[in-house]
Amino acid sequence: MTDHTILRVVSKLLLPYVLLFALYVQFHGDYGPGGGFQAGVIFAAGFVLYGLIFGLTAVRRVAPARMIELVIATGVLVYAGTGVATMLMGGNFLDYDALNAAHPSTGQHYGILVVELGVGMTVAAVMIAVYSTFAGRGRA
Amino acid sequence: MRGLFAAVMLMGIYSFLGASWMLLLDAPDVAFTEASVGAGVSTILALATLALTTRKAKTPVRRPALPLLIVAVTGAALVYGTLDMPHFGDPEAPASNYPHPSYVERTEHDIHVPNVVTAVLASYRGYDTLGETVVIFTAGIAVLVLLRGSRKRRPPGGEGERAP
Repeated sequence: MTDHTILRVVSKLLLPYVLLFALYVQFHGDYGPGGGFQAGVIFAAGFVLYGLIFGLTAVRRVAPARMIELVIATGVLVYAGTGVATMLMGGNFLDYDALNAAHPSTGQHYGILVVELGVGMTVAAVMIAVYSTFAGRGRA
Repeated sequence: MRGLFAAVMLMGIYSFLGASWMLLLDAPDVAFTEASVGAGVSTILALATLALTTRKAKTPVRRPALPLLIVAVTGAALVYGTLDMPHFGDPEAPASNYPHPSYVERTEHDIHVPNVVTAVLASYRGYDTLGETVVIFTAGIAVLVLLRGSRKRRPPGGEGERAP
């Protein structure tokens, strides 16, 4: 689709806002609707749009398959690692109160933020990986 | 209808209508998920599948009498099941009473987060969400293994190697 000037220009204009919106949904999930799952999908949708217009090779240049696989695993590790961290700090598994013993609700804030980040990373990376393996199959 | 492209588009439209419906029921988190996953990414993946296969469904050889009967009976059973459900917006309905409404009351004190959905999802029910994340992780790994694995097994010399 390299010769569609309008599509190229419009998608280039849209892309930063798609990614920014994903980050907003990710980190504003405690206050508005949203969270890791939705943010991850929106973030991946930005990459899918990029891939549709500029081709899969361009996506692979931005997000190499190896890196995407790493992010898939890192997201789960961040989530489970938060649980281990709370255990090390004297609480139960995934009991965020332990993250800040003086102000449990602050600990809850941190815990939710980190855990949602883990969810978002895994979801976004899985979606990008699935899309790029699907789209990459026909052209091998 | 044999045109698969139209079928995929209808699926996306249906999913988007479902999202709007969830929004009308005051469930913006669910609506958000449905719109992004159901209407967005699923449609894209279905289209990618069409690009790899074909746009037309094959004409069935036999008359679909038995499948039609099964579908009709299953549909009737489901509709019969809804007759027992509580009325819409019924305050006595189990959905309004369990899990206990105290989640709504306690969230403000325990977590200081206005969005109770996030509080339940990430904190009170953190184990479940960890499980969901692992499910997505497993599904992603499975897709990668299946799609990549089949490519490696092709005879060398042909289309062989993985793109750089």
